[in-house]
Amino acid sequence: MEYTGLNNYVRLFNDITFFKSIGNTLIFLVIHIPLQIIVALFLAEILNQKIKLMGAFRGAFFLPVIVSGVVVTILWQQLYGYDTGLLNRLLTGIGLGKIGWLTDPNIAMTSIAVMATWKNVGLYIVLFLVGLQTVPVQYYEAADLEGANHWQKFFKITLPMINPTIFMVVILSTIGGFSLFIEPYIMTGGGPLNSTVSAVLYIYKQGFFYYHMGYAATLGLFFALIILAVVVIQKKFIEKDN
Amino acid sequence: MKKLKSILFYPALTISALIFVYPFIWMLVASIAPENEIGNLTLVPSALTLSSYSQMLDKIPIGGAFVNSIIVASSITIGVLIFGSMIGYALSKLEFKGRDLIFYVIIFTMTLPFQITLIPQYIIMVKFGWIDTYWALIVPYLINALSIIMFRQYFKSIPDSLIDAARLDGCNELQIIFRILWPNSMPAIITIGIITFMASWNEVLWPLIVIRDESLMTMPQLVTLFAVGGRAESQLGVKLASAVMLALPIVLAYLFFQKYFIQSMASTGIKE
Repeated sequence: MEYTGLNNYVRLFNDITFFKSIGNTLIFLVIHIPLQIIVALFLAEILNQKIKLMGAFRGAFFLPVIVSGVVVTILWQQLYGYDTGLLNRLLTGIGLGKIGWLTDPNIAMTSIAVMATWKNVGLYIVLFLVGLQTVPVQYYEAADLEGANHWQKFFKITLPMINPTIFMVVILSTIGGFSLFIEPYIMTGGGPLNSTVSAVLYIYKQGFFYYHMGYAATLGLFFALIILAVVVIQKKFIEKDN
Repeated sequence: MKKLKSILFYPALTISALIFVYPFIWMLVASIAPENEIGNLTLVPSALTLSSYSQMLDKIPIGGAFVNSIIVASSITIGVLIFGSMIGYALSKLEFKGRDLIFYVIIFTMTLPFQITLIPQYIIMVKFGWIDTYWALIVPYLINALSIIMFRQYFKSIPDSLIDAARLDGCNELQIIFRILWPNSMPAIITIGIITFMASWNEVLWPLIVIRDESLMTMPQLVTLFAVGGRAESQLGVKLASAVMLALPIVLAYLFFQKYFIQSMASTGIKE
């Protein structure tokens, strides 16, 4: 074995594309996590109203969770297509202009984050349902007596009570989001203008397209440290909050 | 107020549910529609045809990939159940020096992001000469920290008296695990079995790295390379047909065991 000293680290700190890929991954997280929590909480709140066919609805929301990310990505690539995609057909159908879902560098990562939310939200609906059922009914009854409306009950009782679930969802989707790979790999190959290169996709390319194995390992280590740092910071916030 | 609620809730829920299910139905219909009608939003094509499927069969060895996926996912699931329960048993029911230390080391491996181990693990596969073999797809996944922790947790709830009684009857340790503990641990076995099989069925990054021989590829890998490579020749129907083939086995299993799928995944908070 040959030691290269810190050469790989010097190269890393001069590698603009690598830092862009980390930035892209963070952009993905910043869009994906809040969107996921809002949608999951909204649907879980509705499902929690003792409605009929609850199992069937839950089953429908959960369907994308069990299906391979490869299938979901191939499917959404068609939905997002510029000329023949279903979304743009809907838009032009109601008289609006087309959107470059995957071809506009300012929009492409958002499109991927929306798709990832669609794929994973069913799991978080189920987790929130479990959390919502731990809130004692008496709290709501007392609030009713005080004349609180639905929104007040939601913000003053539900949200604080399910805080632990929200934090669990944040941590789980952070770790999941940092492994973003197959979606940009299939959909955009990282383009346009490297706007959707995720960190894992970049490491994969360095290692298995260019065969810079040592450099890819360095990138992996450095990126893992960033992941650990982000998760530790999130945990600090959680502990401070509770 | 109650009435207003149900008037508002059901349409809202139905529309939301459609957003999650409609794309899959569209994909299924598009894969059996004539190629020139695929771009339509409609779910009723003028004719049904299997030509997308027969063209796909000509282009890629999807049948072989299906067999590979079954072999790989089943081997991993069986291995995880056997080794996970053996280690879980040792860590919960046997007394020996360093037991807790081993447990903490196992937990520590879970907190390591896979991005750190990806390249070193690949290099190990190269050194072993396992590139382009089933070994590379199966062996690294045979022991899994989450399954060990779950088995350990579950076995702790089984009374020691049951194990002592079995020992008096002359059972050895392996018989205790597989004859006594297994029949009493079905919920844990179902949960671990489902999440392991699903995760290995859907795994795509690792196969992309260690398999280049098309006859050894798993389904997600083959479908991915088919979709990004030029071979689908921008024929949408063929691409969608391959995606349907990849989704079908898991969706069928899900339709029959929906409750178990949702419970299993919610209890571990895991996703693909």
